[in-house]
Amino acid sequence: MCSIISLTMTDDFLEFDEDGKLPISIRDSTSVDMDGIMKPQKQSKQTGPTALELENDDVDTDDAKAELLPNEKRGMPFWTFEYYQTFFNVDTQEVKSRIFGSILPWRGKNFVSLHIRSNPDLYGPFWICATLVFAIAISGNISTFLVHRGDPQYKYVPEFRKVTMAATAIYSYAWLVPLALWGFLTWRNSKIVSSVSYSFLEIVCVYGYSLSIYIPAVVLWIIPSEGVRWFSIVAALCLSGSVLVMTFWPTIRDDRPRVAGAIIMTIVALHVLLAVGCKAYFFSTREDENTSKLRQVEEIKAQPTLKTNAV
Amino acid sequence: MAEVDEANKPLFAGLSDVSISEDIPVEGDIAVPVTSRGADDEFSTLDEPVKDTILRDLKAVGNKFVHVMYPKKSSALLRDWDLWGPLLLCVTLALLLQGGSADSKEDGGPQFAEVFVIIWFGSVIITLNSKLLGGTISFFQSLCVLGYCILPLTVAMLVCRLVLLLVSSGTASFVVRLIIVTASFGWATFASTAFLADSQPVNRKALVVYPVFLFYFVIGWMILTFSPSP
Repeated sequence: MCSIISLTMTDDFLEFDEDGKLPISIRDSTSVDMDGIMKPQKQSKQTGPTALELENDDVDTDDAKAELLPNEKRGMPFWTFEYYQTFFNVDTQEVKSRIFGSILPWRGKNFVSLHIRSNPDLYGPFWICATLVFAIAISGNISTFLVHRGDPQYKYVPEFRKVTMAATAIYSYAWLVPLALWGFLTWRNSKIVSSVSYSFLEIVCVYGYSLSIYIPAVVLWIIPSEGVRWFSIVAALCLSGSVLVMTFWPTIRDDRPRVAGAIIMTIVALHVLLAVGCKAYFFSTREDENTSKLRQVEEIKAQPTLKTNAV
Repeated sequence: MAEVDEANKPLFAGLSDVSISEDIPVEGDIAVPVTSRGADDEFSTLDEPVKDTILRDLKAVGNKFVHVMYPKKSSALLRDWDLWGPLLLCVTLALLLQGGSADSKEDGGPQFAEVFVIIWFGSVIITLNSKLLGGTISFFQSLCVLGYCILPLTVAMLVCRLVLLLVSSGTASFVVRLIIVTASFGWATFASTAFLADSQPVNRKALVVYPVFLFYFVIGWMILTFSPSP
């Protein structure tokens, strides 16, 4: 097999050398051809070891497919651009189905095994987080404006600070919580053998997509009515929280009930904390504003010489 | 290029022979760059006045501005990219968005550095995103297109400042600014996708266009909510 590859390689090389004299447009086309020739060879090289591994274990073809892709990823060193391209190997239809899968929990269907399993992507988590950050900042600004509407004393100023605060909160939630969860699950898996285990990227992917329901919810929070806000929080929490719980339940089902319960409670509590924290920090009601204004006045009275730099 | 390749061939052949027979005349062929420099001499810009150089570059930048304003699938923005136009637009926009002094507690708008970072990091991240999704466009080509397509938004910013100067901030001025910003935001997105979308696989176009949309939307929001401090 190796000799065949080397033979074809030298053939390609000779062809390319001859084509070296051709004008640029033709040379481009030949280089594309060469890529086409090279790719199948790479794949055949990579399928070699997996085929050997699969002979030892008798597994379903679906599982085999699922194992093939991570192996391809391992085949490339992490400093190459192609390695990172594997994390963005999705198309529009897949991203859509993943977003809907994270919003609508259907009974008995696992988000990871149904949508992600073979191919966790970072496109969704990254851009969903970015959208959520700006959605929070913008609708937070609008809600502040609406609360003060009609107040002659009030002059609207954009609060750009909210963007940085929201970015810190959202991105740290979407990366640190999966990291902690992954660390904890790996530790538990070393003690109690579980049938299902997720990789770090899969957990990041689940968390990233689970935030997508918050985007419409946050836009709804513009309406300065506490009832609407709490209703949308509860609805979003029920939907995305249940997806999270149903996804992680199989990994900890075999653990002791107390530990399993604690993990589920922590996951849900952190999810609730994010939503309620964002609402309390970025969205103000009329009463909050009045009290904060009073407090500010008191502070200014108490420390007339101290000036804080608001950047 | 063809000349270079032809000249290379005997060079390689000679090198392989060196160990067997001392074929020294091969060294004479190493002077290939000299022949190629002969062609470059015609375009030498060393002894032209500085004014000509600057005017030529400005003309190139202005030419690309026209391409952004009339996006008609031309590849001029892609073929010879430059980052002077984006820098100019970005600095202008950031300066115009600068409200009052950074010390005043009243002014919560984006500062110069924040606008600058959002525009450059934003376009770098969008470019990386499109490369990671398998786009065929080069890194700086994409940066150039994204930077030049801020032009409608910078124009909108200028108009908004004029509106704010002439009309005191009220509902009417807000509606006018909303219309201007929305139009320029649509224009920027349309122009950039006209240049960028062709470099992507068909089933991933939406994934590449969405970040561009978000990028210009955020810039548009910053322009719309800008209010000068008294």
